[in-house]
Amino acid sequence: MTPLIEVRNLTHVYNAGTPEAVTALREVNLTIGRGDFVAIVGGNGSGKSTLAKHFNALLLPSEGEVIVDGLNTRDRSAVWEIRQRVGMVFQNPDNQLVATLVEEDVAFGPENLGLPPDEIARRVQDTLAAVGMLEHRRREPHLLSGGQKQRVAIAGILAMRPQCLVLDEATTMLDPQGQREVLETIARLNAQGVTVIHITHAMEEAVHCRRVIALADGRIALDGPPAEVFRRAEDLKSLRLVLPPVPALAHRLRRDGLPLGQSILTIDHLEDELARLARQRLAPRSGSGEASETADGAH
Amino acid sequence: MELSRFVTIGQYIATESPVHRLDPRTKIGAVTLLMVVIFLVRDFTGYALLTAFLFGIVVLSRIPVSHVLRGLRPIVFLLAVTLILNVFFSGIEGGQVLFRLGPLVVTREAVVRAVFIGYRLIALVVATSLLTFTTSPVELTDGIERLLRPFRRIGVPAHELAMMMTIALRFIPTLLEETEKIIKAQMARGAEFERGNVFRRARALVPVLVPLFVSAFRRAEELALAMEARCYRGGEKRTRMKQLRFAPRDAFAMGVTVAASAIFALPFETWVAFLR
Ligand SMILES: Nc1ncnc2c1ncn2[C@@H]1O[C@H](COP(=O)(O)OP(=O)(O)OP(=O)(O)O)[C@@H](O)[C@H]1O
Ligand SMILES: [Mg+2]
Repeated sequence: MTPLIEVRNLTHVYNAGTPEAVTALREVNLTIGRGDFVAIVGGNGSGKSTLAKHFNALLLPSEGEVIVDGLNTRDRSAVWEIRQRVGMVFQNPDNQLVATLVEEDVAFGPENLGLPPDEIARRVQDTLAAVGMLEHRRREPHLLSGGQKQRVAIAGILAMRPQCLVLDEATTMLDPQGQREVLETIARLNAQGVTVIHITHAMEEAVHCRRVIALADGRIALDGPPAEVFRRAEDLKSLRLVLPPVPALAHRLRRDGLPLGQSILTIDHLEDELARLARQRLAPRSGSGEASETADGAH
Repeated sequence: MELSRFVTIGQYIATESPVHRLDPRTKIGAVTLLMVVIFLVRDFTGYALLTAFLFGIVVLSRIPVSHVLRGLRPIVFLLAVTLILNVFFSGIEGGQVLFRLGPLVVTREAVVRAVFIGYRLIALVVATSLLTFTTSPVELTDGIERLLRPFRRIGVPAHELAMMMTIALRFIPTLLEETEKIIKAQMARGAEFERGNVFRRARALVPVLVPLFVSAFRRAEELALAMEARCYRGGEKRTRMKQLRFAPRDAFAMGVTVAASAIFALPFETWVAFLR
């Protein structure tokens, strides 16, 4: 099966040919498989949003090619099919809801696709249920919380039945509760087979993805499973990226001489690992004292 | 935050009544007709009947009368000025003099005309607010879009107008909320909004309006991008989830309105002569 998104030698220059020309992406090569859960991280201005906008033809490459489900984004006649396949949720929930009622807003995408009315109504019902917002269908968007608005925005995209959901910092403006709502929603959708590309500043959100791509200065600097990427603390540091809290703690404990395993991503993980070490030390009563003291300190 | 949390869009009151259930196109059509009739009525019987008719609709729509009257508050000043000007400066020569006030002469004819004009103002406001009380903004914009659709051929941008109305309604509360935030932020920096004469107050608004406009343009840009990402390409090929359908009750309501309008608009004597 062909990959869902294929980026070949993508370079993007804003305001090309003018004195203000900015090269936002440089020769990026990337393949995203169907059903994948990818996090894209990187500092301000590293090109994350620019890359995301190439996935659904909101931007076209200055050089190179982006192929979505076999369709080239340069092909003008394929633009609407591409946008139906790759939906995009933006950072500010207030600036992407169009209609004065939740259900009308979710209907907006399918209406643009020209679907028959009863099919639209069915999709609105289904997708609002999928994001847990069905009981709010007759409310006005501005009366909802940030997390709820963002879930409505996700429903509005899902109603177009996309294969891929791109979230460009969709959790950045939300409080912890709202962030959790959105993260749980996208994790559930991914489990149901939707490809998710989650762009985020919060490194701890990348921990739960299957693949992490770090951008720096318009290039892909790191790419791999979170366990692998977050092991490379020094590389991340040189990219001015911070480790998520748990891998950071594990990294420091390791540096202090604690023989922790290499791929510690979550707090549960760390707990198990520390418990294992403690058992090892306590049972034979023969370990050197120093390391186990550090382990106790961490507990 | 405080104010905008409670702003509901438009003045829609959801009291499920027979009037609420009418197709928005019927209501828009009926109100337009009534507005014309309000200007055509020439005698007291006509006005009395019109009043009874409007009152009947208020009762039928289950909108509290107090609510309808409250809707008149914004025009009280306009009403007072209109009445005074028409009573004292009618420019009607001759007629039956009621009383004099210095150089001003008040005639019976002038008073009658002032009352008619005042009544028309009130009736206009009541008729239109009945429309907005009983029709949600969504239905209203839908209705306007469908009614204008036949005029697309002569260049009326029906879909675009409706889309603009929808977006405006959607963003009014958001922008209100933002205005409050900016005002508070400027007050925290020592700005005064309640002191000084009109000009000082107007000047104090500049640091509020500038950031508001900047942010409104940024919002517009982001919204446009989000709409494009959701496959928006204008009215072409677009379908709607809610279909508007005329029901028998719409024909009935329209028939009653047309018949009533004819009765109100023709002078009483014509009817008397006609019935003899
Ligand atoms: N419309 C534009 N016109 C000109 N330059 C732009 C435009 N959009 C982005 N840029 C520039 O392109 C580079 C990459 O921007 P981009 O928005 O893709 O970064 P980002 O990783 O999304 O950053 P952030 O974390 O701030 O969202 C930056 O140097 C930025 O200044
Ligand atoms: Mg960005």
